[in-house]
Order: sequence, then C-alpha cells, then structure tokens
Amino acid sequence: MSTVTPVTSTPPLVADKPSAAKTAKKRLSSPWASLAAIVLGVLWTIPTFGLLVSSFRPERAIKTTGWWTFFTNPTVTLDNYRSVFGEDGGVNLAAFFVNSLIICIPSVLIPLALAALAAYAFAWIEFPGKNILFLAVFALQIVPLQVTLIPLLEIFVNVKLTGTFWTLWLSHSAFALPLAIYLLHNFMREIPAGLIEAARIDGAGHVSIFFKVMLPLLTPALAAFGIFQFLWVWNDLLVALVFAGGGDEVAPITLQLANLSGTRGTAWQLLSAGAFVSIIVPVTVFLLLQRYFVRGLLAGSVKG
Amino acid sequence: MFGQPTSPRIRAALAGTLSAGLIFGLAACGDGGDDESGSTDASASAIDCAPYTKFGDIKGKTVTIYTGIVTPEDTPHIESYKPFENCTGATIKYEGDKSFETQILVRARAGNPPDLAIVPQPGLVKQLVSTGKAVAAPQEVSDNVDKFWDKAWKSYTTIDGKFYGAPLGASVKSLVWYSPQEFKDGGYTVPTTLDELKALSDKIAASGKKPWCAGIASGDATGWPVTDWMEDFMLRTAGPEKYDDWVSHKIPFNGPEATAALDAVGGYLKNDAYVNGGLGDVKSIATTTFQDAGLQIIDGNCSLHRQASFYAANFDKSTKVAEDGDVFAFYLPGPDANTKPVLGAGEFVVAFADRPEVKAFQTYLSSDVWANTKAKLSSGWVSANKGLDPNNLTNPIDKLAGTILLDPKATFRFDGSDQMPAAVGSDAFWKQSTAWITGQDTATTLNNIEKAWPK
Amino acid sequence: MFNTASTTPEKILQMLSALLLFAAVMGVILFIAGRFGGRKGDRVVAYLYLLPVVLLLAVGLVYPGLRTIYQSFFDAAGDAFIGFDNYGTIFSDPDQLTVLRNTVIWVVLVPFLATAIGLVYAILVDKSRFESFAKTLVFLPMAISMVAAGVIWKFMYEYRPDQGTVKQIGLVNQVIVWLGGKPIQLLIDSPLNTLLLIVVLIWIQAGFAMTILSASIKAIPDDIIEAARLDGVNAWQMFRSITLPSVQPTVVVVLTTVGIATLKVFDIVRTMTGGNFKTSVVANEFYRQTFNADNQGLGAALATLLFLLVIPIVWYNVRQLRRSEAR
Repeated sequence: MSTVTPVTSTPPLVADKPSAAKTAKKRLSSPWASLAAIVLGVLWTIPTFGLLVSSFRPERAIKTTGWWTFFTNPTVTLDNYRSVFGEDGGVNLAAFFVNSLIICIPSVLIPLALAALAAYAFAWIEFPGKNILFLAVFALQIVPLQVTLIPLLEIFVNVKLTGTFWTLWLSHSAFALPLAIYLLHNFMREIPAGLIEAARIDGAGHVSIFFKVMLPLLTPALAAFGIFQFLWVWNDLLVALVFAGGGDEVAPITLQLANLSGTRGTAWQLLSAGAFVSIIVPVTVFLLLQRYFVRGLLAGSVKG
Repeated sequence: MFGQPTSPRIRAALAGTLSAGLIFGLAACGDGGDDESGSTDASASAIDCAPYTKFGDIKGKTVTIYTGIVTPEDTPHIESYKPFENCTGATIKYEGDKSFETQILVRARAGNPPDLAIVPQPGLVKQLVSTGKAVAAPQEVSDNVDKFWDKAWKSYTTIDGKFYGAPLGASVKSLVWYSPQEFKDGGYTVPTTLDELKALSDKIAASGKKPWCAGIASGDATGWPVTDWMEDFMLRTAGPEKYDDWVSHKIPFNGPEATAALDAVGGYLKNDAYVNGGLGDVKSIATTTFQDAGLQIIDGNCSLHRQASFYAANFDKSTKVAEDGDVFAFYLPGPDANTKPVLGAGEFVVAFADRPEVKAFQTYLSSDVWANTKAKLSSGWVSANKGLDPNNLTNPIDKLAGTILLDPKATFRFDGSDQMPAAVGSDAFWKQSTAWITGQDTATTLNNIEKAWPK
Repeated sequence: MFNTASTTPEKILQMLSALLLFAAVMGVILFIAGRFGGRKGDRVVAYLYLLPVVLLLAVGLVYPGLRTIYQSFFDAAGDAFIGFDNYGTIFSDPDQLTVLRNTVIWVVLVPFLATAIGLVYAILVDKSRFESFAKTLVFLPMAISMVAAGVIWKFMYEYRPDQGTVKQIGLVNQVIVWLGGKPIQLLIDSPLNTLLLIVVLIWIQAGFAMTILSASIKAIPDDIIEAARLDGVNAWQMFRSITLPSVQPTVVVVLTTVGIATLKVFDIVRTMTGGNFKTSVVANEFYRQTFNADNQGLGAALATLLFLLVIPIVWYNVRQLRRSEAR
C-alpha cells in the first residue's frame, strides 16, 4: 500500500521540534507499547486482508476452502476484477465513478462550510436560545435517514428536482450537519478564549476572526470531518437510490457494485473485488488529508 | 464515450446475446435471422407493428421501466424491447435495482413512480394499488391476458374488480435438484409420488449419507425457503382448494391442515437423519444461505435439494445443468402419480401512467411476440404465456419448467406468501419459520404467525 | 442548471455552478454579517451564521422527524388514529423486549470499547515512524460500507460441520479447530451472537474514534508535554495527567457520536442474521416494520422510540456543556 508519501511528509515538521522527536524516541523504546500497537493493527487488518486475498481466488475455492489456504496452495485469478470492470459482464464503472465524484465533492464542501460557520456561532457568540438550539441540532443526529425519505422525496417531486444531483447534494448536506456542527463545536471550544478576546480587542469582527483566527486552527478538525463525510457519501446507496433514482446519469458506483452480484446470487467473489475497487478512493483521500493532522498547527499559532 | 450513458449497456447487451446466440444458436435459427450478424437482426427481426399503430405517433417518446432484475439478467430484458423500439420509435429506459421491492413503495408513496414496474409479488401489487398511484391496465392488455394466460393469473392482480398487471415471466418452485450421475451409480429412480420420495430419502440415508441439504439464510428475508416448502406440502397434503382458503385466510393459518403440512416438512427439514448434507445439523439450515446450500450436490455431500427453477443460475459456468449433466431437477411429486400440483411464482407489469406510449409498451409486453422474443434471448427464463413456443426455450431446465407450467394436467398455484399481507408474507412467516428451524415447535410457530395476521 | 445532466462535461459544469451558487450565498451572508460590528451586532451575526443550517435542518430532518412522531399514533396503513397502541405493542411483546435488551447491550458496549481502543491506538502510534501506515490499517474498516463489512464478518464466522472432507472457511472456527476445539455455529446461540455482531461495529467505529482522538492529541500544546517531561513523568503518568484531561472533551464527543450511530445501526444485523436468533435491535425492527411488514404506524413508533433513547445521551451532553461553560 502507499505508505511512502505520508511518512515523508511528517518528519520535517517533527524534526525541528526537539521535544516531539524525543517523545517519539521514548515511544519507540517501549517495546510493550509497540507490541500492543502491532497486535491491534494486525487484528484489525485480518478481516480486510482475508477479503483482499479472496478477491484473487476463484469462486469455487472461495466457497470451499478458507482464504488462508491460499498461502500453501496459491491459485490466483483476475476473473473477479475482470467481471467488476465489465470485461464480460458489461458494466462501465468509469461513468459511475464520475457520478460518485460529482455527488461527493459538493456534498462534503457544503456541509463543511455551513457547519463551520454554525459551530463558530455556537462556540463563540452569545445569543438568546443558544444552548437549546445547540442541543436541538445535536439531538437531530438520531433521526434515522429512512424516516426522511418519503417526506423529502415529496418535496423534491414538487419542485421538480428528482433525478438530478441537486437532490443528493441538498439531502447529504442536511443529513451531515448535526454531526458536523457537534464535532466542529467541540474543536472550536478547545481554542483558548484569550485568542478570540485579543482579536476582538484589536477591533476584529466575527467575520474576520472566523477567517483569520479560526479557520487556520481548525484544519485538522475540518480534515477529519471531511474524510468521514466523504466516506459516508461515497458509500451511500440509499439516498442515491431514493432521490436520484438508479438511472445511469446520476447513479453512484455503489449502486453498480450492489447490482453486480446478480438478481438472485450472493456472488461473494464479485463483492470482494468490488469492495476493493470502491475502497481505493476513500483510502487515498485519507492518506492525502492525513498530513493536516500533524501536531504544531495549533500550538504554533498560540505562540505567534 | 460518456456522451450517451445508455450506449455501454446496449453494447454489452449485444455482446451478451451474441454469446448466448452461439451457445443456443440452434433455436435462434428458427427465426430466419442469420447467426453471424447476430442478435441485432434476430431481436430486431420484423415483428408485426400493427398492434401499436392505434396508439398514435409515439416516436421520440420515452417509457421508464423499473425492476429488481439486475446484471446479468437485465441484458436479455433490455434487448427484448428492441423490436418494439424499432417499430414505434419510442425509447424504453430500463432501471434495475436490487432493492426494488422497498424502493418502489417509497417512490409510489412520494409521487415519483416510474411509468412501469415489474413487480414479483401479487401482495406488493396490492400495496401499490392502495397508494392510489397505480393505474388499471388498458383494454388491449386485458385482452392479451385473456387470450394467452390461464384465468388464475389474471385474478392475482385483479383488485376490487379492476385488473392492474399483466403477468410477465414465471418460475416453477416445485423442483428437487439432484445429481443424475449419482442416481445412475446408486440405482436410484426419480420418485413419482411423495411416498416414493420418502422411501428414496430413507434409502440414501441408509447408505450413510445425509440425503438433503437446505439453506434458508437470505439477509432480512431469511426464512423464505421454508415458506416455499410449507406451501408445496400444503398443496399436496391438503389440496389446492384448502390451499387457496389458507392463503386468503378463509381458514386459520394455524388450523389442522397447516399443522399437518408443516409437520410433513419437518419430516424432512427437522429430521437429523436427512439433513444437512455437508453443512452440519438441522440448525445449520438457518445460517446457510439459500444460494450455497444446493452446491453441496456438486461436492457429493448431499443428494437432494428442493429449490425453484431459478436456482440454475447459482451453479458456476463449469457445471452442466442438464438431464445428462452434473446436476438437474425433477418435479417434486404429488400425493399420487396423477395429481400434479405446481407451486410457482411470477412477475407482473404494473403501470403508473396511461400515456399512449406506456399503453403501447404494456401491450407489447403482454403479447406472445414478446414472450417468444424474450425466450430466444435468455436462458433461465420461462413464462406461462400459452403463446410461448416451448422450442424457443433453449436450456434444459427452462424446458423442464416450461413443460411443467404448460402441462394441462398440472394444477398451478401462485406462491402463497407472496399473496399474503406483508405483515405475514414478508415478515412473520419468514421469522417464525426460522425460529421453527432452530427449535421452536410447530404449534407455537403457526400460532405466532396467525397472531401477526392483520385484523 | 436544474435539469438532469447526462454528459460528463455537463455534470462537471453543473457541479461547479452549484458550488459557485453556494459560494455566492455564503458571500452574501458574510457580507451582511461583516456590517454588524461590535458586541451589539453579535446576535445578528449568530443568526445569520445559523440561518442556512436551520433552514436545511428544518426541511431535511425536523419536518420528517415530527411527521414520524405523528404517524406513530396511527395504524399500519396510516389511516386510523389508534393512540398509544403501537407503543403498547412494543412494550408487551416478549420478542420486542429482547430487542430492547439487545439495543441496551449495543449502546453500552460499542461506544466504550470502540473509543477505548481508538484512544489507546492513537496514543500508541502517535509520533512513531509508521504512524501513517498504522493508522491506515485501523481506518480501513471505516472505508468499507456497512453492508460489505457485514458480509466480510459473516465469512469470518462461517461454520462448516466437523465432517471428514469438509473444511472450515471461516477463520474464527478454523482457529477453534486449530486449538483442538469443535466448530461452533457462532451466529445461532444467543447471547454470544449479539456479542459477535457488536464486534463488527467496534471494528468499524474504532477507526472513527482513533482519527478524531488523534487530531485532538496532536492539538495538545508541545510546551505542556515538554514541561511534564522535564518533571520526569513516566508514560502512564503522562497519559493520566496530561493526555486524558486534554482530550477528555473530545472523548465525550466521540462516545456520544458513536453511541448515536450505534442506536441507528441496522445494516450489520440485517446482513448477518436478518434479526433472527434473538439478535434484533430497535433500528432493525424499525426498518423491518416499515419496509417489510408495511406497518407504517409501528415502524414510526419504533423510530420515535429511538428518539427517546437518545435523551440520556443528550442529558449527559447538557451536563458536559454546563461544565465547559463554567470553565
């Protein structure tokens, strides 16, 4: 897997901070900690690893022997991936891939921007009804998606938006907001009040504080939430099905993968290959955004 | 290449039919189209366009059709619409979706239904009609159904005197899968009565092998194969009339007839000497997927597996499904050799619009022309359309199913759980059957289902 | 712009214009907000910042939520008012009581275990040479859809009988066999099966907990750590007196989020057992009643029950909020 990129991006930042480097050394010198980390890492990877191995095994072998027998008796086939990419099944994944990206980008950016503003208001502005409103927004996380389907679809039918990306962008944004606001609010509260006060004394308004003080400090939190929202939208099937319909113009890749296994089959072999195809994008996004998690962003600006 | 999203599908469809044409080339020739230039010719072969002219000029119009039929079974469907498209100049937009059964209700309720839906259960047709969004079938369709189908089929989708959906495909559920080779080697013969089936099971069991394999796991639909077993035995032990009364709840779900039928099923599925070949004890039935269970026949771990004709799709390409092949099916026998109850299922086309192009397409789908076109294009598909020429059915299991369906001596009955209210047919019946397999007794099981029946 | 786009350039154009439109709306809001300076304008600024969110939520979640509560007092078809009968059904049926019991087990075990594992792992790999790689490993399950995760684990727990030629295909049973035991039908026996399903969700959610907590750990100012180190504290003391207090608010957030997500999870149960063998949870019953059994009223009542179950979590957060206000 592509482990090289992030590793190279972290050290320079760490290197110029002697304390952090020392910490790292100390950590590594504790063999028990390393062992524990390795055990957890391995345990967590085994099921996915089994899936990866299975995706290269012939259908018959998957159903009759365990995937670990692969190492004593390796039989490799690319048939599963061939079927997923439609060489004999007739599915053009590329078009659906584009759809998925088109669905995902606004569905991540819009709630992220809206939630950042709202979380700022909840965290740093005093106004009547603040706590009640905040709790109400937070509690909305519990509303199951399924109960929203019919009412929202009715609205979309009335405004003639069905079958377009708009339905997906709007509904994904709405569904993401409670959690996004809740998470970002928590991160905002951790920023020392003194910073905001200082800026206010300097005569900065809420708009410039938000952009000049908050946004730079919030990068790790925005990156973290961005990743999850991306994942949820990327893996979503239900919302896409209901609001956009499964038509080729708007259907995401998940729909195509779900339908791959046939009308009456379980087709484990196709699912395993399909899962890996659909996993590539989220993992890449995770690796790309990981560099925003590095220590020092917050600490640095406090000093400055 | 992304210019027309439909084009890859069609290209694939062509490729699919081309290979199907090569495999089943013989039958496709009957139409006069030549094999080489392929299926475009065969499927676009001149059908009589006259029945559709009376719907006016529908050139350039679009009809959307929404179904639960997905890759690869969707290919012959899409392909079979071509002659109609060529005739009328209308475009059919096909949408396949595995979660069709829940989504169609959501869409209908919210006022966003497709023009047409292919619905696999009469119970669901009723639910759709009750949303007020479905429209009755046009006269032309009604006439076609009168002409080509047994009148029982029309009754399944006639609600409050209005007829809503023409039947499309059908499947035969009263089948037992077996290995022809094993039968030859063991000197077993295909049973023709229920007693013979029992005797055969005992004989295989005596040889030290578990004769039956079964699996009922199917996600949230876990348990449905037991309902098929029970319906098959209800038809055989209580007879078709009692079966109808039971399905429509004129007699209670937990009456003596149903108890006898479920106990008869228990004689097989809950019999430790009979199950579960290659898969474990009785309880293992509950966690084995219905798709996997019958594969044990290929491995030689079990000899018999009761499942519908569509099960053929679960064997991989290297398995030959034929009377002289690796695996085949025989008719689950009746109480005696002359009584032939058949349990089956099928799909219905329900419309949510009555524009001329929709009506025209519905008329095409209910015709014998479509049934024959479709039969030529696909394997693993049959219809109870009497206009269907059995010679157009290409693979052996379809032929067997077609023969059983069109046999005048057979008494056909539609899958009961598909007709019952959803609270029973797709909830309590499944759930309680699963509990029954894992140890719950027959009386409790049937009482619980009876309790769930909406008042 | 509001039509169905069918070609890729059209789609991209539509996406860009949507983003531009959104940016324009935000611009207007920020412009107006910028004109209210000083403390007096605070209120206006806050309401302006919240306006789009409140609008989206009112339409997208509040209205459907209220409609669900209303529906829960009606019968299966949604025609006749039946008062609290649906709730009566939920609390009188023995099967439904098992469902409630299971839901409680899920909500207690998943958030605490997933958060604990995520936190420990985030600390263990923090600043190590392989941090990125190690985090990717635990993050991976998050990237798989719940349904796929359910299938992966169904395979892990797969059972094959103890018979001559039959081999195990599920890893868990294979390990049992290697250790000299007999294969077990893992998903049938209650309450073991519920615990095994819970493992699946912990497997998924630990990645979420780890990512969020890791971001929080990295926000601990270096000077604090440095000072502690100069005092010569050991790893455990560092955890107790520096790391844990610093990330404590985030731990609460993660516990809450995972807790709510756990209440809503039904895909895992649905894919792996279909809610049979006494493994069902409220969210699965809600789905089943609404979509399989076509009982709109009872389904809505179960969803409303979910709303009620979240009250303890809200209450806990109120306390945390008060505490942080007091800070």
